[in-house]
Amino acid sequence: MDKQAHNNGMHQELPPPKMQVGFAGWIRKNMLSSPTDVLLTVVSIYILYKIVPPLANWVFFDAVFSGDVKHRNECREIAAGACWSVIVARFEQLLYGFYPVHLRWRVNVTFVLLFVALVPLLYDQVRGRKYLLWFTLFYPAFAFVMLWGGLGLESVESSKFGGFLLTVLIGVTGIAVSLPLGIALSLGRQSSMPLVRLLSICYIEFFRGVPLITLLFVASTLLNYFMPPGTYFDLLLRVIIMVILFAAAYIAEVIRGGLAAIPRGQFEAADALGLKYANCMRLIILPQALKISIPGIVNTFIGLYKDTTLVVIVGLLDPLGISGATLADSKWQGLSTELYMFIALGFFISCFAMSRYSLYLERKLDTGHKDQ
Amino acid sequence: MNNDSMTKTVNPNDDRDHSIAIEITDMHKWFGKFHVLKDINLTVERGERIVICGPSGSGKSTLIRCINRLEEHQRGDISVDGILLTDNLKNIAEIRREVGMVFQQFNLFPHLTVLENCTLAPIWVRKLPKDEAEDIAMKYLERVRIPEQASKYPGQLSGGQQQRVAIARSLCMNPKIMLFDEPTSALDPEMIKEVLDVMIQLAKSGMTMLVVTHEMGFAKTVANRVIFMDEGEIIEENNPDEFFDNPQNDRTKLFLSQILSH
Repeated sequence: MDKQAHNNGMHQELPPPKMQVGFAGWIRKNMLSSPTDVLLTVVSIYILYKIVPPLANWVFFDAVFSGDVKHRNECREIAAGACWSVIVARFEQLLYGFYPVHLRWRVNVTFVLLFVALVPLLYDQVRGRKYLLWFTLFYPAFAFVMLWGGLGLESVESSKFGGFLLTVLIGVTGIAVSLPLGIALSLGRQSSMPLVRLLSICYIEFFRGVPLITLLFVASTLLNYFMPPGTYFDLLLRVIIMVILFAAAYIAEVIRGGLAAIPRGQFEAADALGLKYANCMRLIILPQALKISIPGIVNTFIGLYKDTTLVVIVGLLDPLGISGATLADSKWQGLSTELYMFIALGFFISCFAMSRYSLYLERKLDTGHKDQ
Repeated sequence: MNNDSMTKTVNPNDDRDHSIAIEITDMHKWFGKFHVLKDINLTVERGERIVICGPSGSGKSTLIRCINRLEEHQRGDISVDGILLTDNLKNIAEIRREVGMVFQQFNLFPHLTVLENCTLAPIWVRKLPKDEAEDIAMKYLERVRIPEQASKYPGQLSGGQQQRVAIARSLCMNPKIMLFDEPTSALDPEMIKEVLDVMIQLAKSGMTMLVVTHEMGFAKTVANRVIFMDEGEIIEENNPDEFFDNPQNDRTKLFLSQILSH
């Protein structure tokens, strides 16, 4: 006991050993903790050294950003890197397609207000959420009029729509409508009414069993045969409907997985309290099932968003369609890497945002009940 | 077995009105081909406290789950508070409003706070305004001695606390009858008492209670009648003194010797 330099219960708090905290501690723990670790660290650094500097040179330092350059050969004369001038030259087309130039402000307004409409759906703590939700409810009609025209606004044919406008339009509409439809289908599949159950199963199995491309072809060609002669039904709307129907089947199955994970006791407790089916589902079962399904739902949404590029095969000019047209132009031939990287960046931003939001939502909804 | 050490905290001969709360006549139930409940006849008077015991698989849980239609019976009649239990959804809804149930696994709603668990049914089934429902919920959370946990989630509570919340949640609907399906079987020993205390207190308040349990101490203290079931039949039915001191049936004797021997 005589080695002890303090009274019992009076020990002062000491800082931890230097090599366990801070930057040095982190490096030691995460990069150099064993011989294999050291080797992996060295190899990783070597690979990064081989890849990053040339890539950075190509993308930034040796690249041409000037919008004054109007031909790929001019780019090559200036520098050996990327020729971003093609993006600058075709930027508006990549965003709007062939939407009339003087009406593009309508697209911009619609796009900005999309976020106003989304905020109350994505965050429940927003001030004035009630009023914002009214706006959200009214937004689809507003967006439709703004984009297609009508009610005194000059009308625009949907064949003029293109670029990221098309991607966001199909993606957001598809996501917004396929979720409720998918929920309804998943409940239908669990229904005690045989007819509802049978119809739900048939729907889900059919749309899951058919490739989206086939559905898009059906939308663009076959559907005309089934409609009365002379009726015209906007191709873009037909495509959006097919994307919705397709995604809803996947969403339904993802949510079914969530529903299956809810213990029977939850249904019994709701029954015993006298809750009706609709309230039981709305208040007890779906909040839990949807929470479990978030990763799967967002996965489906990201898939849907990227699948919008398939519309190019029925002649709609999404960003890939626009880039195809650009590459066919002799002035910009061979600049596919630049175009595809730009489009990839556009998709990555959207998909990464969805992914981060889903993580945020999972954390927010975690109420620490892993044991039940 | 030392019966004298158990103090009679609840007087079985208090002045109840002797109107009938639950009447079950000639009731049968099958799970597929398996005959789980055979010719059940049981009358429960208002304010009566009945403990149902028996070996596992004897049908005791199924019996009380038939009373609020969590299970459907196939033959015979069940009437609760004068309402005949049939396929009529209105009758079922009415009965469920009057009958509270507490489960072995608590079955609290994990995504809602304790308070929200308690106010959900009063708001959506009884259509009470939110603040009134919250007042009632706090009253019952105080009665089960857990008001300070109102804003927590069930996952943050101990098993005993969760079960007390579950009892409060049922009481918030102001039921006339309470069903308990092995309420202490999933609890650690040190938590059983806190739940039983709440149940004893509830019994003192005159609640009609049907309790499936293996807590024989609780049965002796609280029950007016003890029912012993085996293989889907009611084998023996008696007041607790007679039931424990002087069991008639061999199966009852065997069961009691097994459950009280340790």
